[in-house]
Amino acid sequence: MLYREAGQFKTSYRADQQIFPILQDRIGMLVLGFVALVGVPLVASEYWLTAILIPLLVFSLAAIGLNILTGYAGQLSLGTAAFMAVGAVATYNFQLRVPGIPILVSFLLGGGTAAAVGAVFGLPSLRIKGFYLAVATLAAQFFIPWLLVKVSWFSNDSASGVITTQPVEILGFTFDTPLRKYLFALVVVSVLALVAKNLVRSHIGRAWMAVRDMDVAAEVIGIRIVRTKLVAFAVSSFYCGIAGALYAFAYLGSVETDGFNLDLSFRILFMIIIGGVGSILGSFLGAAFITLLPILLDVALTEGATALGLQLPSGMTSMVQLVVFGALIIFFLIVEPLGLARLWQIAKEKLRLWPFPH
Amino acid sequence: MTHDHNPGRRIGETLLAVENISLAFGGVRALTDISFDVREHEIRAIIGPNGAGKSSMLNCVNGVYRPQQGTIRFAGQTFRHMHPHKAALMGIARTFQNIALFRGMSVLDNIMTGRNLKMRCGLFLQALYVGPNRREELAHREKVEHIIDFLQIESVRKTPVGRLPYGIQKRVELGRALAAEPRLLLLDEPMAGMNIEEKQDMCRFILDVNDEFGTTIVLIEHDMGVVMDISDRVVVLDYGRKIGDGSPDEVRANQDVIDAYLGVAH
Ligand SMILES: Nc1ncnc2c1ncn2[C@@H]1O[C@H](COP(=O)(O)OP(=O)(O)O)[C@@H](O)[C@H]1O
Ligand SMILES: [Mg+2]
Repeated sequence: MLYREAGQFKTSYRADQQIFPILQDRIGMLVLGFVALVGVPLVASEYWLTAILIPLLVFSLAAIGLNILTGYAGQLSLGTAAFMAVGAVATYNFQLRVPGIPILVSFLLGGGTAAAVGAVFGLPSLRIKGFYLAVATLAAQFFIPWLLVKVSWFSNDSASGVITTQPVEILGFTFDTPLRKYLFALVVVSVLALVAKNLVRSHIGRAWMAVRDMDVAAEVIGIRIVRTKLVAFAVSSFYCGIAGALYAFAYLGSVETDGFNLDLSFRILFMIIIGGVGSILGSFLGAAFITLLPILLDVALTEGATALGLQLPSGMTSMVQLVVFGALIIFFLIVEPLGLARLWQIAKEKLRLWPFPH
Repeated sequence: MTHDHNPGRRIGETLLAVENISLAFGGVRALTDISFDVREHEIRAIIGPNGAGKSSMLNCVNGVYRPQQGTIRFAGQTFRHMHPHKAALMGIARTFQNIALFRGMSVLDNIMTGRNLKMRCGLFLQALYVGPNRREELAHREKVEHIIDFLQIESVRKTPVGRLPYGIQKRVELGRALAAEPRLLLLDEPMAGMNIEEKQDMCRFILDVNDEFGTTIVLIEHDMGVVMDISDRVVVLDYGRKIGDGSPDEVRANQDVIDAYLGVAH
């Protein structure tokens, strides 16, 4: 199908302000939604659901969270995983300690707790920028998981420190199989992605970008810098918190504070760098890329080795992975800072004019 | 350049009065005891050699800098110093000498951001988008489109401003300031670095804004021809001091001003 916007004239600003103003994009989204809701449940194996699709959704949500803060509001953060940990632990505790609380309310409160913690750790951003702010968020990344482990109340005094999450049950329906967990994550992530898109195309989103691009001019326009930055930290951490809760409740089935480490924070940062800084779509692309690449590389290397009759040394694939990741990140930082989302946009612009490039 | 602009036609009461403003950065005295006033609907120019303190003066008026001495009276209220947010609320908008657009945003979003202060929907309504927030966005979009038409930048409305040529960026920055529907518009060298044609366009926009909306304008400009042409009254600064104040003709005849411009270059 040709990707054309020619002839699709917008007769009203309302039509122009849709998320997908171009018909082909809307059809594409419908197809994607249909595949995710109907196609995947029909064909996906348990391995695909638990090892690929669920984490992909969870990481997409965390990447959206980081993108709101770093991509839109311009505040670099290395504390993503810490805010995920807060969301997971808080959701677990609300579920544990408040009798009869619906799981979705626990999720929201867990996200809310992460938002509050995020806003507190965002306070340094009022004074410092860039590298120094990243170091301040690094403090959060070390302090929060440490605190969550140290105070055993958070893990309900479990001896091992590993806590099994409660079942996800909504109106008597339990999301217990991989497929059900996938559908639960899919709905949560889709709704929150839509909300994020709505925020960034409204005046709060413009305030975030204004502060990112030129804070003096933003202030002169009347944008309150302090409030705008703290709201960005809070909203971003809310997203990370919900992602953390999903990670625990729909992916692992347990809360493992140790898993929310600096490594995970960096992974999510790489997702937005590769996917596209300042793009909701890019958050998904980056998460998909970083989740799928190791698997594809693994398959390619093993198949290739078998075809050539070679024996791969152990640890080879993980080394190749590191090299490829490193090279890609450097490539995107230097050549295309706006990531896959921008490449996709360029491709669309080309297609739009095809076959007449002028 | 000639314009059928009629200075003094509907000039009103004093809108802005700065009194005895002094500002220093460490040992550098950027402004020394400056006083002047700006009347409603007037186009008031500030001229002077580089480093004279013109930009610093605008920065004091809208609160980016805090003068050590003096007062600023705006719309009947007196302040020791302004605050940018307060200034914006009271209807002061401005452009910058070095373009200060939001580079990553489109022309449309840049100008929309100029109206952010007028938008009321809270975070929750924005998250929903449909309903009140969409109505608000559309209402403001309509106003912004008028500005885009007025400035003749329809064809680039979706382009990220960072990709536009300099002259167009200057125009977009004017648009962003106009979006706030200001009472007082501060323009810091809006025509610097432009060719004759672009300057003529910009002059026309400034005069039209003044004529149609009655916006009071304070304008810093180096091109004496332009200044003499479009301004009602002129303040002359030199080394942070006021050395002249009056109509273009008066200022042109002022010996101190002639010396500052023709004398030792600085
Ligand atoms: N933020 C600042 N910090 C230090 N010195 C400044 C600052 N802003 C302006 N100045 C100094 O104040 C004087 C006036 O500058 P400015 O107002 O920019 O002059 P103009 O706009 O007339 O060229 C200059 O000597 C300049 O170096
Ligand atoms: Mg200047």
